[in-house]
Amino acid sequence: MRIALAFIILLAVVGQSKAKTIRVGKDRPYKSIKSALEIAQKWDTVLVENGTYTEGNINIYKSIVFMGEGMPILDGSRKFEVLSIRANNVVVRGFKIQHSGYASLDDPGGIKVYNGDHVIIENNLLYDNFFGIYLQYCKNCIIKNNRVIAFGKEEQQIGNGIHCWKSDSLQIIGNKLTGNRDGIYFEFVTNSVIWRNIADKNIRYGLHFMFSNNDAYFTNCFRNNGAGVAVMFTKNITMMNNTFEENWGDSAYGLLLKEISDCYLGGNKFVNNTSAIFMDGTNRIRVEKNIISANGWGMKIQANCMDNVIEHNNFVGNTFDVSTNGSLTLNSFSENYWDKYEGYDLNKDNVGDVPYHPLSLYSVIVENTPSAMLLFRSFMITLLDKSEKVLPSLTPANFVDTRPLVQSIKL
Amino acid sequence: MRRILKYVIIDIIKNKIVVFYTILIALFAWSAFGLEDNASKGLLTLLNIILFVVPLFSVLFSTIYIYNSSEFVELLVSQPIKRNKIWNSLFAGLSISLSVSFLIGAGIPLLVYAEPRKALMMIVVGVFVTLIFISLAFFSSILSRDKARGIGYSILLWLYFALLFDGLVLFLMFQLNDYPIEKMMVMISALSPIDLSRILMLLELDVSAMLGYTGAIFKQFFGTSLGLVLTFFLLLLWIVVPYVISLRKFRVKDL
Repeated sequence: MRIALAFIILLAVVGQSKAKTIRVGKDRPYKSIKSALEIAQKWDTVLVENGTYTEGNINIYKSIVFMGEGMPILDGSRKFEVLSIRANNVVVRGFKIQHSGYASLDDPGGIKVYNGDHVIIENNLLYDNFFGIYLQYCKNCIIKNNRVIAFGKEEQQIGNGIHCWKSDSLQIIGNKLTGNRDGIYFEFVTNSVIWRNIADKNIRYGLHFMFSNNDAYFTNCFRNNGAGVAVMFTKNITMMNNTFEENWGDSAYGLLLKEISDCYLGGNKFVNNTSAIFMDGTNRIRVEKNIISANGWGMKIQANCMDNVIEHNNFVGNTFDVSTNGSLTLNSFSENYWDKYEGYDLNKDNVGDVPYHPLSLYSVIVENTPSAMLLFRSFMITLLDKSEKVLPSLTPANFVDTRPLVQSIKL
Repeated sequence: MRRILKYVIIDIIKNKIVVFYTILIALFAWSAFGLEDNASKGLLTLLNIILFVVPLFSVLFSTIYIYNSSEFVELLVSQPIKRNKIWNSLFAGLSISLSVSFLIGAGIPLLVYAEPRKALMMIVVGVFVTLIFISLAFFSSILSRDKARGIGYSILLWLYFALLFDGLVLFLMFQLNDYPIEKMMVMISALSPIDLSRILMLLELDVSAMLGYTGAIFKQFFGTSLGLVLTFFLLLLWIVVPYVISLRKFRVKDL
């Protein structure tokens, strides 16, 4: 025991003697970050004191800890990429990084990581940059507790909050993303997890997947974006416990699923979106235990979707629970709670005895003739809907929940 | 004119039906807000009632009242009073009494439950609808001396605006499905005061965004202050035009 303790102390002492801390500040030998980075050795800590540092593009070529004390400001003067990390095992912590350059050819970012392995970026504030945090060819990186604020007006003129390209095994945790093009953007990123982020007021999507397989996102909040989350051309995504709310506007969706398959969507909350879930070319997806309430459309399922299972969801207070653009239905609905259900339950097993057709005539009309929205809430439409419910003729007969629940599921 | 107006209003209040109407609307409004769990849903329910019951009652009550006061009108005509004044005070009397009962019935619960801006909009729309259908009642009752026929006209007008018009619009939409008809539909909606009020109110209730592309066009048109002014101008036209036509006919009518 004693020997082991001694060994640990020895190790610690040896370790300390090897890695040193270099302080950068007004009253320190190293006044600029660049000079400190130059003499820093592997495993050193560069500690930057409070102040504003306008040093153009700062490159990190060594495995160091790069830390700010009292949120020092790194300014890119709207010309440069502010911080470029070109090494493995780098930690960046506690900076305010602002005013990166704008260029559509090399995409300058507040922090850009080139081919990094085990890079940790945490507790930074990225303010008014083109791209916030940009990762390319990275592995095993952690992006944690950063705040990315940008002031994009148009899609073309602003980059993404956290942009990941051709990367693997990333962890994106607890970041707040506001005003970017996409809050988080994944392209060719695999085996990664996105957890406890908040994306709001982004111009395009809160979270955007392209060709990124085997990822998961949990417990995030997507509020007031152009669309909450877009998952496109992707397989095996797990989506759980997220909140999608206030994604308002024409062609705005809570969750947009396009050409994806074998995914799981469970335990999410969709509130106050124009369309909560939009499915286009979506196959073999399990949608369960979600709360879908107070949306314009609960689910828009295009006729090219196949073998999706929609079970145990609560549909409450939506204008249209479900709509589709064709008569072909290859998806199954079962044991959902629909607040518009008017059937009865004689044997009290909480399953209604009459099947429920969630597709209203009006939603079909609107899908075919969008301008029929003019008659929204008109008395005529209410009449038509009622008669269609009694004798379905225009709506597909197999679009049906055969076991609708009488009481809402406690989620 | 003021004296005639006073007589008309006293007569209408004595009638007691207006009092029942007030109570009915109040019941509708309070229960709409009481039953629905959030205020905006209550507003939507109330909107349906306003666009259905208020026009029906306004047009029917006014038509019958005009026919019933024909003797009173004949008496007045024999006095040295301008015919304009008689007709105007009849219109003003009906408008004031029905608007006030709407304000009492629906206005109070609206102001209690709904957001001030939405409540105000709803009240204004309700009053406009009341006035429009009173004006239509004047129009249909001047068309014929026969009471049954006049009431028939007014019922038909109500049916047309409340039900038939939407059906026709729907039919038109189906026929012209392949063309970009959104802008045309905005124009067509101006042809029915009920549709106009409904769209105005829906945009105010912030469900506009869910109306998709069409909604965006409506918003573009009705949502701006210019559109708002234009809409109210159109509604105003719906009050003025039928009434002025009836007034002109009344001036030269052989009673």
